Amino acid sequence: MTSAQSSVGENLTEIPDFPMAKSAGCPFDPAPGLYAQRQESPLTRVRLWDGSTPWLVTGYAEQRAALADPRVSADANRPGYPSTVPLPPGGAKRSFIGMDDPEHARLRRMVTAPFAVKRVEAMRPAVQKIVDDLIDDLLAGPTPVDLVEAFALPVPSLAISELLGVPYDDHEFFQENSKTIINRTSAPEQRQAANAALTEYLDDLVGEKLTTPGDDLLSGLVERIKAGELTRPEAARMGTLMLIAGHETTANMIALGTLALLEHPRQLAALRDTDDPKLVASAVEELLRYLNIVHNGRMRVALEDIEIGGRTIRAGEGLVMPNEIANRDPDAFPDPDQLDIRRDARRHMAFGFGVHQCLGQPLARMELQVVYSTLYRRIPTLKLAIEPDQVPFKYDGLVYGVYELPVTW
Amino acid sequence: MKVTVEEDKCCAAGTCVMIAPEVFDQREEDGIVILLEAAPSEDQHEAVRECVNVCPAGAIHVSEDA
Repeated sequence: MTSAQSSVGENLTEIPDFPMAKSAGCPFDPAPGLYAQRQESPLTRVRLWDGSTPWLVTGYAEQRAALADPRVSADANRPGYPSTVPLPPGGAKRSFIGMDDPEHARLRRMVTAPFAVKRVEAMRPAVQKIVDDLIDDLLAGPTPVDLVEAFALPVPSLAISELLGVPYDDHEFFQENSKTIINRTSAPEQRQAANAALTEYLDDLVGEKLTTPGDDLLSGLVERIKAGELTRPEAARMGTLMLIAGHETTANMIALGTLALLEHPRQLAALRDTDDPKLVASAVEELLRYLNIVHNGRMRVALEDIEIGGRTIRAGEGLVMPNEIANRDPDAFPDPDQLDIRRDARRHMAFGFGVHQCLGQPLARMELQVVYSTLYRRIPTLKLAIEPDQVPFKYDGLVYGVYELPVTW
Repeated sequence: MKVTVEEDKCCAAGTCVMIAPEVFDQREEDGIVILLEAAPSEDQHEAVRECVNVCPAGAIHVSEDA
């Protein structure tokens, strides 16, 4: 028994494994084991695949405190950092998501401009057209149709391709590799190969833009390379991160959000029948809170001894923070297990918290606002083409959602 | 109410501009916070307090008695 384990006085056999399985009957709720841990204390211990026993933080206030603390590191290569998947030999190749300030801030600030709220707002008409065109195709095509393949994946893939300067014609390639990377059950060598393939692809694109720059994010990074502020491999890794994060997350929110609304028909009707952009925006925040599709748990390691929620986290101890359970904390959200599109949910944790909070969140919000305010209005009789218990959920993913959603109308 | 921002801490998530666009904006080159109104009118106070609460980087501060 290590000192870390004995210091909390817990019996080794009582430490539950992480990640925890969801209950099949409650596909929108966090794993029952997370509720049980929170019941015990906002900070408990879990056991990972490698036998390590980092802290599990389940409270909303405690997660926020930890994620905002500069004495807590996001560097995956530090000893004690909890990893839900085995690291590749030689350590994880980091983009800024796995770095600490000031290096993290220096690199992140190179790509934040296109995601600023006003820049994203200017993209709204283009995203509206993407959504309208895809719905035209849906309505002209046969039913049942898989909403994931025909709508949920193409919307954010088209938008992020445009923003980054990635040819959408390559979408099958980047979608397939992204799927492998975020599937928890992928073998380490599979994941590494997919990562390498995507990074090489982005590196080629960066190379093309070195000679023929365009008006896109990758071309902006090329300017930084030319100025000596960024290396080409760094640019390729940043592009890879944003390409994956830019389509898989929003795609799952579109499909899983639609399923959640179909299961809550009165709220679906309210959303469909409203002309109020505030209610649409509120519904987006609530669905982000309620579904919180990033399910791997934010991982950190303490750099110094710190106090959180009355417990002392020792330097070198890991912290596992599944945001989905923080978003169901009754101290932060009254009646947290109820979906209520009218509640004020803007302080949710779906984008994380602290300086690593999702930089694409204005884009995600805008895309979801356009989708949720258009899809159900244009296809008011939209319904599942299979029984709800037949829907294949991504129980094995780092990002939660549905593999397919057969719908008809 | 007196509002101050710490540009060094800001991570350009844009939550303040979403909630209180009359008080906060973002720099064109990197999305870092710009304080438009250091002494916002009373009808903005609640929104500004929410910005302080949701800012992921703790980069916004208010002094209520100013």
